[in-house]
Amino acid sequence: MKENSLWKDAFRRLTMDKWALGSLIIVLIYSSVALLAAMGIIAGDWAKEVGASNMAPNGDHWLGTDIFGRDVLSKVLRGTQIAMSVGLVTSLIAIPIGVVLGALAGYFGGWVDDLITWLYTTFSSIPNIMLLISITMILGKGIFAVYIALGATSWVTLCRLIRGEVMKHKEREYVQAAGAIGGGHFRKLFLHILPNVTHIVIINTSLQFQFAIKSEVILSYLGLGVQGEPSWGTMIDDAKLELSRGVWWQLAGATTAMFLVVLAFNLLGDALRDSLDPKLKGK
Amino acid sequence: MIKYIIRRLLYLIPVLLGVSFIIFVLFNLVSGDPTAVLLGKNASARQMAELREQLGLNKPLLDQYFDVVKSAFTFDFGYSWATKQEISHMILQGAYPSLCLSVPAFVIATILSLIISLVVSFYRGKGIDLFVRIMCIAGVSVSALAYILFFQYFFAYKLGWFEISGFEYGFPDFIPFVALPAIIFILLSLGPDVRFFRTVILDEIYQDYVRTARAKGLSEVVILLKHVLRNAMIPIITYVVIQIPSLILGALLLENFFSIPGLGGITLNALNSSDFPVIKAMAILSSVLYILLSLLTDVLYTFADPRVKLK
Repeated sequence: MKENSLWKDAFRRLTMDKWALGSLIIVLIYSSVALLAAMGIIAGDWAKEVGASNMAPNGDHWLGTDIFGRDVLSKVLRGTQIAMSVGLVTSLIAIPIGVVLGALAGYFGGWVDDLITWLYTTFSSIPNIMLLISITMILGKGIFAVYIALGATSWVTLCRLIRGEVMKHKEREYVQAAGAIGGGHFRKLFLHILPNVTHIVIINTSLQFQFAIKSEVILSYLGLGVQGEPSWGTMIDDAKLELSRGVWWQLAGATTAMFLVVLAFNLLGDALRDSLDPKLKGK
Repeated sequence: MIKYIIRRLLYLIPVLLGVSFIIFVLFNLVSGDPTAVLLGKNASARQMAELREQLGLNKPLLDQYFDVVKSAFTFDFGYSWATKQEISHMILQGAYPSLCLSVPAFVIATILSLIISLVVSFYRGKGIDLFVRIMCIAGVSVSALAYILFFQYFFAYKLGWFEISGFEYGFPDFIPFVALPAIIFILLSLGPDVRFFRTVILDEIYQDYVRTARAKGLSEVVILLKHVLRNAMIPIITYVVIQIPSLILGALLLENFFSIPGLGGITLNALNSSDFPVIKAMAILSSVLYILLSLLTDVLYTFADPRVKLK
């Protein structure tokens, strides 16, 4: 058998599923929009007044304008950058912490396991929304606090999953074999076991991304998120007052933008689980 | 059984100390000195020192930490900075409207989700199963804010079927005020609940004991209700009970939109006025609730599954 056949096989199955393929394409489009917005190539002039206040959607401004006459589509695109960056940075914080702690706890057991289990039980004992609110409030409003708050809360699930999976793997023959030919703990854990639990990280990241995006929208709505820049959450907050005056496009734009990407990550997460989790094969 | 509960109780101590430590680090170490903010720009050094004394900020750090731990037992959280009221009193007042909204909504949502997931598990792979799955995944992808905003606008403002906002104390009087938020709460819960319950139930349906039950001629309905559901109960109990602490805050957004003066409203007001002690109290309270309920789930396990006792 060729090398990497699991991944190739999984990728082939993923692309055969047209829902998963569609989701993957949506995620790629959002990522490119976020990247282009971050570089200032698109939506760089979102703050510019381009027309009258609260113009309905028309040929020039597909999603109309907001109360200050700013283009809503540009704001949606700019919000995409914020949302995707929150997903990305949260994952970059959560994955290393979750994987390393989970792997150490599962592999060594004993007091290491007790300590790490205590740590994540403690973190998960504070209801998520309360921890998010507390951290963002104390660090001061802004996108940085949102990154830290979501990063600090989201490693827990991953850590728990990795711990359970590593525990199962450490007794397997292939790990014993690695030990028998002289592999130390480090070698066994990082070169042999971890590659076999990577699928958990990938599935979890997809679901983590959509959770981070949803949380960012709520935190921004509460005024704790990004300041002075459009976010889908602050747009929905604006819409709260606008809706009774018949101004629906800001709400529609932000909600649809969020709906598509969250849906895509949800479907992708499910599809990844189906194609990567060996237990589900053939079900 | 008793031994098991005692062991679980002892395990709560390090967790409670850990939670208090996180809250202490956040609110006492990271948040900095609040006296300048509280007294305004013209405060003299003496006033600031007095206030610090009053708030207990000049005590040694270890004492401050034990104050946090102590408040988890005594529920004595001190006074709010913004309203100057006693926080435990504010929380007691806010609990009533919150519970009026969240308890009925939570119970109905859980039962409804369980019924729907049993039905779709019965018809698994058929049209209705696919339809419900699509609805759930689409449902959870829409922002909660969008649901609330739209429903409030359409059913309360446009059609006038419900009160737009506010609250009345007393049994029948609160119903028109909590009906719409409760319906939104239920709708918001259905998606994730049904998705989870369905997965758990289907995990059991492919087990060997189900084949055995089928082989001895039991009907699908009996298998589902008597065998599968009983075995799926452990993850379901965990999932349901663990949600309760966030319940007092879960309705946070709903209370905010519908101006219900509950705990969510208190939390958000505190957030807007940087009222740290109130947020701290809510964090401690909801964590204590979480810890107690996780103990309760562990006890419930022993009823749902006798094998748990052996561990």
